[in-house]
Amino acid sequence: MTGLEAVILTIITASTPLLLAAIGELVVERSGVLNLGVEGMMVVGAVCGFATAYTTGSPYLGVLAGVLAGMGMALLFGFLTQSLATNQVASGLALTLLGLGLSGVIGESFTGLPGVKLQPLDIPVLSDIPFLGPILFGQDVLVYTSFALVFAVSYTMSRTRTGLVIRAVGDNHHSAHALGYNVIAVRYGCILFGGACAGLAGAYLSLAYTPQWVENMTSGRGWIALALVVFATWIARRVLIGAYLFGAVWIMGLYAQALGIGIPSQVLSSFPYLITILVLVLISRNRTLTKINTPACIGQTFVPDR
Amino acid sequence: MSDFLLEAVHITKKFGDFAANDDVTLRLRPGEIHALLGENGAGKSTLVKMMYGALQPTEGELHWRGKPVRIANPAAARSLGIGMVFQHFSLFEALSVTENIALALPGKAGMQELSARIAAVSREYGLPLEPGALVADLSVGQRQRIEIVRCLLQEPALLIMDEPTAVLTPQEADQLFVTLRRLASEGCAILYISHRLEEVKTLCHEATILRRGKVVATVDPRRETAASLARHMVGVDVAVVSTRAGAVAGEPILTLDHVSLPADGPFGTALRDVSLRIGAGEIVAIAGVAGNGQSELFDAVSGERVDGLTGSITLAGQVCAGRGIKARRALGAAFVPEERLGHGAVPDFPLSQNVILTRFAVDDGMVRRGLVNLGLAGDVAGRVAGAFDVRTSSNDPEARSLSGGNLQKFVIGRELDRKPRLLVVNQPTWGVDAGAAAVIRQALIDLAEGGSAVLVISQDLDEIFAIADRIAVISRGELSEAKPTATLDREAIGLLMAGAHETASHDKAAS
Amino acid sequence: MRLVLERRAERSKLMTWLSPLLAVGLTLVTGAVIFSLMGLDPARALYVYFLEPVLWWWSLEELVVKAAPLVLIGVGLAVCFRANVWNIGAEGQLTMGALFGSALPILWHEFQSFPVMVLMLALGALGGALYAAIPAFLRTRFGTNEILTSLMLVYVAQLIADWFIRGPWRDPAGFNFPKSVQFEGWQLLPTLGDGRIHLGAGLALVAVAVLYVVMSRTLKGFEVRVVGTAPRAGTFAGFSSKRMVWFCLLLSGGLAGLAGICEVAGPSGHLQPAISPGYGFTAIIVAFLGRLNPVGVLVAGVMLGISYLGGEAAQIDLGISDKTAQVFQGILLFFILACDTLILYRIRLLRPHTA
Repeated sequence: MTGLEAVILTIITASTPLLLAAIGELVVERSGVLNLGVEGMMVVGAVCGFATAYTTGSPYLGVLAGVLAGMGMALLFGFLTQSLATNQVASGLALTLLGLGLSGVIGESFTGLPGVKLQPLDIPVLSDIPFLGPILFGQDVLVYTSFALVFAVSYTMSRTRTGLVIRAVGDNHHSAHALGYNVIAVRYGCILFGGACAGLAGAYLSLAYTPQWVENMTSGRGWIALALVVFATWIARRVLIGAYLFGAVWIMGLYAQALGIGIPSQVLSSFPYLITILVLVLISRNRTLTKINTPACIGQTFVPDR
Repeated sequence: MSDFLLEAVHITKKFGDFAANDDVTLRLRPGEIHALLGENGAGKSTLVKMMYGALQPTEGELHWRGKPVRIANPAAARSLGIGMVFQHFSLFEALSVTENIALALPGKAGMQELSARIAAVSREYGLPLEPGALVADLSVGQRQRIEIVRCLLQEPALLIMDEPTAVLTPQEADQLFVTLRRLASEGCAILYISHRLEEVKTLCHEATILRRGKVVATVDPRRETAASLARHMVGVDVAVVSTRAGAVAGEPILTLDHVSLPADGPFGTALRDVSLRIGAGEIVAIAGVAGNGQSELFDAVSGERVDGLTGSITLAGQVCAGRGIKARRALGAAFVPEERLGHGAVPDFPLSQNVILTRFAVDDGMVRRGLVNLGLAGDVAGRVAGAFDVRTSSNDPEARSLSGGNLQKFVIGRELDRKPRLLVVNQPTWGVDAGAAAVIRQALIDLAEGGSAVLVISQDLDEIFAIADRIAVISRGELSEAKPTATLDREAIGLLMAGAHETASHDKAAS
Repeated sequence: MRLVLERRAERSKLMTWLSPLLAVGLTLVTGAVIFSLMGLDPARALYVYFLEPVLWWWSLEELVVKAAPLVLIGVGLAVCFRANVWNIGAEGQLTMGALFGSALPILWHEFQSFPVMVLMLALGALGGALYAAIPAFLRTRFGTNEILTSLMLVYVAQLIADWFIRGPWRDPAGFNFPKSVQFEGWQLLPTLGDGRIHLGAGLALVAVAVLYVVMSRTLKGFEVRVVGTAPRAGTFAGFSSKRMVWFCLLLSGGLAGLAGICEVAGPSGHLQPAISPGYGFTAIIVAFLGRLNPVGVLVAGVMLGISYLGGEAAQIDLGISDKTAQVFQGILLFFILACDTLILYRIRLLRPHTA
């Protein structure tokens, strides 16, 4: 395996969880909902995925459990913000705090246990092609899923009626309601999709990225995914670019540490967070770009008249 | 088989204990243009929302072509053949014309096919539209065309229109009437909600008049006078505002010289090279169609936005282009914005604390050493409520619990209580009942008569002609010269309101 | 059955008071259900969790020690959230306050007279405020969302602290443990008697009193409330939303920094990597449970302090993870938010066919 090949492979593994979580949140925000609980849904997805895979021995059941756990958390958020019209920012924070606590309790008995790794698909023949083989054809199923999701979301949003309705609900919920669309149901659907994606991202962390359970193992990735959606100005294909840029930054830090160049490890570890801030500043400086694409109703509660 | 297309039979709709509609019966024939008249809050919107499936009646039933129906939701209404054009458009600014229309149509028409149909229908009915344009870039009149075309594509048997001309220039309104008459001649029934009586007299075949949720009369409007219709609506003769005979302006109070201000957000309208002079004792009104820079003009004059402003503003002899709203209040100016709730008043605050909002910096003793004098604020609130007949349910209620008219009287009264040298008010009587509107207009006239300058920004031409000494028109962020009211008529104002604006958009639609 | 919200004409005064109590009650019920599902006697578990911490003098002392930083940070955040400024990076500001304040005793260990304490507290507040100034600057200058920036800075602050404690500030005589030298003399906060309650608790009370007056009586407090609930009305009044962002972040950052140095110079007496058990995040819950009202925050801080102690007690007495405390805190926040809906709305259940 060449050095470059190894770097690319690790970048893919570092980017996939960011991509999965961000693409889900993108759909949520397009429908006009801001769910700051990505980190919480992700970490619960991670622990449930690990626990299920460890208990049953099947990483695929683990993935399923992660998805369901993420959706369960999202349902809680949906109930609060949609059925009870609570403040979305506060509810998202609550979801994250609850998720971190819950994952700590569930994961306590699983800490330090050997994990069940989600194996690469290793498509015969094709994955034996030098260099390109392992990169293009030797990934695990979630990596392919993440790409499929980007294309599916991108297509759905721009080309289908479902996407049109989601965008309409996010742009003006009063108009959508007046035309007879069930704003709350559409948003519930998007929130659940976002939860599933975040759960998937968490499961990827505990089953593929580092197949073990470590407390708070999401280490801010859920928040970075939120930043990626802003960076991508709510356009799906830009999320792909953003996630891979961040993955690359993350991995560069790790490699620099391994090479032992004279920079303290803490400085390198702080890179992803600092870059996130930098990117947010750069994108928010361009007011017209962000304002035109920002779903107009984002973060606003909606209560239909009766 | 009955002759009626739609019948609302003994409909009652209750919100809690309040009956918004009380035993309302209304019958519509095919090809009839039927007016639904009433004051704000008379229950017009509630009634049509039930016909459109957005609300469900508490009692009574609807009949469609002679048979009882339950219209569960707007989609069901549309499938029966009922289309509705809302007063507050149900459009999506970030989406294209075609996407906006697709959202209201059932099934999965291809976007290209739909665009072609839109182009065809809009041409046929004289409602030019460019299918690919973003709604955010369109004028109010063009937006209304989207709403109408959206209904026409469903070949409706009944078209409900909620105050369609409120946002149009007189010429645009005439064009709309042509379209509506043509639709009626093709057999489509039209339920036309309005409170513009002249319009109803010329357009409609029958009128149902609502007052406090009840039907008070069903008449042939062509045989009524505007005054008799008004009497039905209000119940008593409306106090006539004393009109003015062109007061002579005194020393200049407010002068704007070549003022420009960038648009407020991507969907706003920039103010371009605006000049205006208002003297003591006169009322100057700014007419114009919504979205032509009115809010930017208000921001520039009030000092709510000073960043990016060029040109000079002089208030009571003091240069103040770079100074904020507090400094301008201190110079004797007072302001009333268009939005009562959330802009002119804090919805969750009691009236007393809403007094502090605009008066903490100008009233003696309202704030001492950083501490707020809540007692004094309460006294002022009581005084304002008394002087302007602000009716409240409790002693010091939250602003959002007041009706539109009562809150508007409070918000204007709060400023008049200071006896300002300049009052700037945006849409003084928008969404206000006739009684409150008369009180407010009279108060503005009294203020000018006391020697203050008054600047009124309004979309209501009746109001403008009733109170203004001079009138200027704002269109696409540019302001015409203010001319004495006596030298102007509706026709002239209408042409200025359309201005360069309409011709430009016609070009755009045609290209 | 379908749940439908009906808007009230005015905010319900009754519910304003009842909602936090209802939330606490629902949390206790949920707790009982969870405990019985875990096979524990719910009555005993709840007793251990929520009552035992207030029954003994030593545990009451410990409760005050835990509640002090929560209240100190919580009152600052309450002002922030009231103004719709979302500082969720208090944990990072706390860390920076601890670092700034510790600089004196670590770099100038002989300076142990009274002024050192005053300087340490001032430096702590300064450190927190400066760190909170970063999101304030980015928000006002570039319009960058303060939620994400303040949170990212938490991770950065913890890494910076980690570097100092493992690097230049490590106690050379400390057997290579990642901790600083032990503070001495006035480098430590004075305590109540010989117990554990330190000056931080006093500072928290002062902060509550001052901010109560500011929020309810002064123009500044009025400004905070206007800008938070109706930003356009704030502009109309002549209040600057940018200045408000600065004010809120500097205030809450300063208080979080103060809490940070109080933790180091109080209970621990030296700098170590784990400066706080997540006080900066728990304080978010404290602020909401306290209805964003300074006095309410005081009560809420004590209640959340109980949950920390209860978690520890439950680990010893019941053999369950002390992390359950965090779960309870999360559930509590959910219930508060849900119950607050009752202030603005009536909730009605509709059967499907009448809808």
